[in-house]
Amino acid sequence: MLRLELRKEPSRAMRYATPVLAVLLTILAGGIMFALMGKDPVEALHVFFISPLSDLFSITELMVKASPLILIAVGLSFGFRAGVWNIGAEGQFTVGALTGGVVALIFYNVPGIWLLPMMTIAGVLGGMAWAAIPAFLRTRYNANEILVSLMLTYVAILLLSVLVHGPLRDPEGLNFPESRMFHDSATLPILIAGTRANIGFVVAILVAITAWIVMARHVIGFQVRVMGEAPLAARFSGFLESRIVWLCLMISGGLAGMAGLFEAAGSVGQLVPMLPVGYGFTAIIVAFLGRLNPIGIVAAGLVMAVTYIGGEAAQIELGLPSAVTGVFQGMLLFFLLGIDVLVHYQIKSRRPSAVAAKS
Amino acid sequence: MRRLSNALVAMVAAVGLLAAAGTAGAADKVKVGFIFVGPIGDHGWSYEHNQGRLAIEKEFGDKVETTYVENVSEGPDAERVIQRLAQGGSDIIFTTSFGFMNPTIKVAKRFPKVKFEHATGFKRDANVSTYSSRFYEGRHVIGLIAGKMTKTNTIGYIASFPIPEVVRGINAAYLAAKSVNPDIKFKVVWVSTWFDPGKEADAAKALIDQGADILMQHTDSPAAMKIAEEAGIFAFGQASDMHRFGPNAQLTSIVDAWSPYYISRVKAVMDGTWESTDTWGGFDSGMVLLSDYSDKIPADVREMAEKAHDAIKAGTLHPFTGPINKQDGSVWLKAGETAPDGDLLGMNFYVEGVEGSLPK
Repeated sequence: MLRLELRKEPSRAMRYATPVLAVLLTILAGGIMFALMGKDPVEALHVFFISPLSDLFSITELMVKASPLILIAVGLSFGFRAGVWNIGAEGQFTVGALTGGVVALIFYNVPGIWLLPMMTIAGVLGGMAWAAIPAFLRTRYNANEILVSLMLTYVAILLLSVLVHGPLRDPEGLNFPESRMFHDSATLPILIAGTRANIGFVVAILVAITAWIVMARHVIGFQVRVMGEAPLAARFSGFLESRIVWLCLMISGGLAGMAGLFEAAGSVGQLVPMLPVGYGFTAIIVAFLGRLNPIGIVAAGLVMAVTYIGGEAAQIELGLPSAVTGVFQGMLLFFLLGIDVLVHYQIKSRRPSAVAAKS
Repeated sequence: MRRLSNALVAMVAAVGLLAAAGTAGAADKVKVGFIFVGPIGDHGWSYEHNQGRLAIEKEFGDKVETTYVENVSEGPDAERVIQRLAQGGSDIIFTTSFGFMNPTIKVAKRFPKVKFEHATGFKRDANVSTYSSRFYEGRHVIGLIAGKMTKTNTIGYIASFPIPEVVRGINAAYLAAKSVNPDIKFKVVWVSTWFDPGKEADAAKALIDQGADILMQHTDSPAAMKIAEEAGIFAFGQASDMHRFGPNAQLTSIVDAWSPYYISRVKAVMDGTWESTDTWGGFDSGMVLLSDYSDKIPADVREMAEKAHDAIKAGTLHPFTGPINKQDGSVWLKAGETAPDGDLLGMNFYVEGVEGSLPK
């Protein structure tokens, strides 16, 4: 029998090498999988991982796909470091899209440069408001924020659906469940003409850099880290736990709300019931793949985006099923967690000894 | 001003591309792209569209090359997938779900040379056609059969989203059932999904618990059919012949037959005769079929169903013929009046007698 034993001091170098190793192992295992499916593994891997980087359109789509993931994951990383588990970013994303989108729809025939900033503020506030519910219930009644935020995701998605089927429905849309299209000044400026890459990607990068500075240099970052790593010490030194809970949920909720609004006002251009496609959940993987470090998260967000774009390319060019995307994401998470276990623990064969028992 | 310059650029580009198209690629294969909202293994909506794709391959052999992307959500990803198909050199692209409408229109503007075919939508362009089927004609026939065969006078209806297409189906089936059975009741469960076997099965069980002895569905998986088979009751299949999932339960299925339309459109591209059109075909065009009737349907009921089918096909019977009132009692169609297509396409009300209210 084998058993796991905690290492005294996990290698610091390994901690940072883990995501890279996980990506490499995923590629290796993916190649084996392609070979078993009867495809040329080299060609398949090329289509999956290289083609998304090989032309301008694919690169811009990578940015479109990565922006919401980065925004949400950066927000989540604060909470995850402090031990505040916001699992409901998908819901905050949806409500942000909704509140920001409502502003766009109210002014559907009034163009103006003030509109987009106003929509963004509304989106951020919407996400924050949705995250305020788990924050309040946790700090006031000690309700588990994992459950509350997760459950509220389904409420948010149904709320969007109800409103798009009803009051927000396009009056000229033959009763189909979608809003009017947003007009030009209510949609995000495009970075490269003829593509969908929009200003949202720039904002996401700026947010990540800001978050990195805050986390490394600002007292808020310090408090968040102490709270996560030594909650007792945090309490003794007078940090208010409830303040940190609120702070983390407001940051993650607000950024998720912004991501939602950017999605509605960016690549979609209207409110549709299928707007939430799981970014809020995928961002959890992105946050951990990026080691909860904002700069790492940018890289992780781009890697995750490659799996989506590459999965589509694999379908079109190789006729592989769409499940390939999910398989790759699953393998990535599996290898990441697996290596993490080995970094933090060592495998010992089961031989009860006094030394082992002590350590 | 900006609009104008964009339009000019697009026109210049279009002319250039058309010229290029004229000189090159005449002998090449015609590339046909498909984008599906569900998995092609859903045994319903996407499955039948994929059957249409396979029919194109069978018809034209090595003169065509088809490619598809399945499981594309009707959200931010759709535009990218459509654009990728267009960039990949597709000559004609079928976007087979309502939610792909705006992405299709957007991509079509960027690829004026490529032909687009959008299912069930209403926005067209010089290079975008729309097509759909008059499934309500099939709903009329199954409504008649259900009205005659129910013992509990209760029909269970599993509905997806309250869009005109689905509301129309409920109304058509109800009116037909009511015409042969004045005591008929419809119980409708909205599952808010097109494809979720778990939810569909739960809805089927709930409806059976409420006394339904015949199930109809407007969702894409055969889950309800399997539940009906287990419960020993009857059901109608949707989109595809679901006989193998309920050999005893299935009375018939409304089958979406896209092959004739798809083949004709690809042919038009090959011949250079493709034009932007709006097609809404029913029994008469072969786009809606009923699968083999179960031998559990009594002879007289079968005869009635066949008569109705033939009359609709011949154009002598319209499933929505007045007098029909809306649920609130107001007059929709006067006696003898048939529903104009515009009313049907935007239908957002129940007809008189249907219980409950549409989800808002």
